[in-house]
Amino acid sequence: MILEARKDQVHRKGDEAFALACNKDSLAGAVSQRACVFCGSRVVLYPIADALHLVHGPVGCAAYTWDIRGALSSGPELHRLSFSTDLQEVDVIFGGEGKLEAALRELIDRHAPKAAFVYSTCIVGIIGDDLEAVCKRVEAEKGIPVIPVQSEGFKGNKRAGYNAACSAMMRLVGTGDTAGISPLSVNILGDFNLAGEIWIIRGYFERMGVEVVANVTGDGRVDDLRRAHGAALNVVQCSGSTMDLARMMQEKYGTPFLRVSYFGVEDMAESLYDVARFFADRDPGMLDRTRELVREELAVLYPKLQEYRKALTGKRAAIYVGGAFKAFSLVKAFRLLGMDVVMVGSQTGTAEDYRELYEITDEGTIIVDDANPLELAEFVREKDVDILVGGVKERPIAHKLGVGFCDHNHERKEALEGFVGMLNFADEAYRTVMSPVWRFVPRRAEASHG
Amino acid sequence: MAETDQSPADRSPITDHRSRISYVSTTNACKLCKPLGACLVFRGIEGAIPYLHGSQGCATYMRRYIISHFREPMDIASSSLGEKQAVYGGGPSLKQGLRNVIAKYRPALIGVATTCLTETIGDDVPGILAEFREEAAGETLPALVRVSTPSYSGTHAEGFHAAVRAVAEQLGEAGEPTGAVNLFPGSVSPADLRHLKELLRDFGLDGVILPDLSETLDGPALQDYEELPRGGTPVARLRGMGRSRATLEFGRALPGTTAGAVLARRFGVPLRSLGLPVGLRESDRFFRALEELSGRATPREHALERGRLVDAYVDGHKVVSGVQAVVYGEEDLVVGLAAFLAEIGVRPVLCASGGRSGRLAGAVQAVTEGLLPEPPAVREGADFYELAEEAEALGPQLLVGNSKGYHLARRWQIPLVRVGFPIHDRFGGQRLLHLGYRGAQSLYDRIVNALLEVKQEGSAVGYGYL
Repeated sequence: MILEARKDQVHRKGDEAFALACNKDSLAGAVSQRACVFCGSRVVLYPIADALHLVHGPVGCAAYTWDIRGALSSGPELHRLSFSTDLQEVDVIFGGEGKLEAALRELIDRHAPKAAFVYSTCIVGIIGDDLEAVCKRVEAEKGIPVIPVQSEGFKGNKRAGYNAACSAMMRLVGTGDTAGISPLSVNILGDFNLAGEIWIIRGYFERMGVEVVANVTGDGRVDDLRRAHGAALNVVQCSGSTMDLARMMQEKYGTPFLRVSYFGVEDMAESLYDVARFFADRDPGMLDRTRELVREELAVLYPKLQEYRKALTGKRAAIYVGGAFKAFSLVKAFRLLGMDVVMVGSQTGTAEDYRELYEITDEGTIIVDDANPLELAEFVREKDVDILVGGVKERPIAHKLGVGFCDHNHERKEALEGFVGMLNFADEAYRTVMSPVWRFVPRRAEASHG
Repeated sequence: MAETDQSPADRSPITDHRSRISYVSTTNACKLCKPLGACLVFRGIEGAIPYLHGSQGCATYMRRYIISHFREPMDIASSSLGEKQAVYGGGPSLKQGLRNVIAKYRPALIGVATTCLTETIGDDVPGILAEFREEAAGETLPALVRVSTPSYSGTHAEGFHAAVRAVAEQLGEAGEPTGAVNLFPGSVSPADLRHLKELLRDFGLDGVILPDLSETLDGPALQDYEELPRGGTPVARLRGMGRSRATLEFGRALPGTTAGAVLARRFGVPLRSLGLPVGLRESDRFFRALEELSGRATPREHALERGRLVDAYVDGHKVVSGVQAVVYGEEDLVVGLAAFLAEIGVRPVLCASGGRSGRLAGAVQAVTEGLLPEPPAVREGADFYELAEEAEALGPQLLVGNSKGYHLARRWQIPLVRVGFPIHDRFGGQRLLHLGYRGAQSLYDRIVNALLEVKQEGSAVGYGYL
């Protein structure tokens, strides 16, 4: 069932010494679950709510990304509109620069955005439109930053798109006034404010006495990004999406960064403690305030979790997500619920990511890089899982086989971060796994009738 | 709303009904790209897998989009082209991809659709496929159908029709007549297709339907994950399309040469072109065609459905009469809906589509003739920004179209009756019935009840008894 050329991207823990090939281009014809460079850049920049996001290309790239994500804004909602130059044959033949320039003028006049991001798509890379030059002209004319995002779909995978997005954001960072920013301040990187999650995290930081300068990019604002270099620390969530920005800011402005995760009790608490420890010199009381915060939250959370745990202990979970970092937290979160993780994989994990997954998983666990529907279906069946965690593309695989599913991707509309998010996750896992419908699906019905 | 601009001279009178600014950019497109339509068509063939010759993202995005509507697996293979292939050509990747797909899926057919990338780098797909066949001489290969679907020209609806035509062109064979009837229904729901199959059966007709998504994109829960979903029209039957005794083709706004026209020209299969049978009169035309083709009268069950539909029209006429509606979506569905709404007394005031067949205005005029106090504004190549701008001034009380109109319905506090594709903010998009008397009945009840709900909700009294 697994194509020969993919054999070294699947590992069963316990079989042999751990080695997993990753960071490879997807195999032609293997039906990868991966997207493209454009997708990566769009994911990262999309939630900047007061910027214009113009996709320079044929209509599809813009249409398929029109408001599909759950990234909420507390103010402007320009990000929820889908702008495209809708390139036509004549533009492909004669070049699309003129159209792009006219489109930018038209849209900037209409919406008065704080900045404009112009995404290049596959075809723009081929016809060779000079985005940089067009953006420069319009920027000079309109007086707002107009930033090209080099995200031609074929130039690598999603990870390259993250990099393009970070380079684009880096053009904004450092252009704003940093006066009045607290020495106890952070930028929140790699959170997209799905279902308002960043508001939960900001709330924790407020209680700790930490000022948040910029949300990158959930509920994001251009002006916040411009002064982000004034923050004392970058806290970076998500495997790779904004790690490049953190590195660039460290290099250029000396801003240190911490890797964090807001999923699950352990990782959430540890992330807050890390931040408190970072500021310990400047604010010795912060660690105590943070401990108090965690205690308060857990006092609410734990009794309820115990109920879920009672029902879910021994149930089996499989995880297939975009970035591997999220998978670490999910493994721990399932453990907290008493569940066994029997398969874990990602679209874009690195060698270090998979090594870490190998360390924290149980014997027999399947670890997989860049899987496809047939493989995932096989693993789900082989391990007889009760719930698969993934994105929309993974959902029908689970449901067709009569297996529960939890959407843990950018499109979900339920908050899963923070302590309250753990409760939501537990509740969803419970309602999914314990639903009576599974007893009617062929897989179970036939098993129970022998 | 710009009322000052003079309408361009090249628009038909019905389109000139209102003037407008033409924008350079698109905001919230009322269309999707061409390869997506082709993928849907290939999914409607037994044992077939859609294959996009392009970079990985296209296949993933389209899969995701289609999955959201149908809530079914939708595997689309890709050549997963990278930078090197974009420079040196995607031929080797296409061949390797086909090999891998054959190894894993054992398909009966691979439908290869191009993307903007491979069209622009100039990959000669027919040539590459010919080489592939040559290199595989002696092996049993699946049928290979190719279709050119550059996403920078046209819409997903055009990609859909192009793929239907490609299948007819590349698979259709001459020979012994089969007595079957080809049916090219266009982009309709699995529920519609099940109804069409039932009708063909009840009229004693042997139908070759392309595509048939009735099972492949609306299947049962399974014991095992199937590489390729069961259902769809078998390749052998599609090869017989050139030997059928007639072709029925739905669509009054079909672009260019249609599959039906190809079969007529090449094999002399008589073609009957009909509008999408939405509503009473367009369905009457379809049933008449079925009666003529089968030599049978409409079976009593179906005649009864027609009778009940007219009865329902009468019962509910006061609720819908004079209500102003905005209709949008794929051109042929818009035409069918306009026909239906006009005959129940709703006034379609704006009919809009992202497509640009040049036929929408004429088709809407033809199907609403004599039923409306004034013809609706018709917009081709529209996006939701323009649609909103224009509709705002018309003060619609009802929206009829896909999920993409939800934000307008919310803004204007009017009901949206969801039809067509995509429906991704509700369950059951794949089970929506639009066609025939039964489909009209279902649409009618949904519209009447949506309007009643508004009345009830907005009422100080809240009557619970009609």
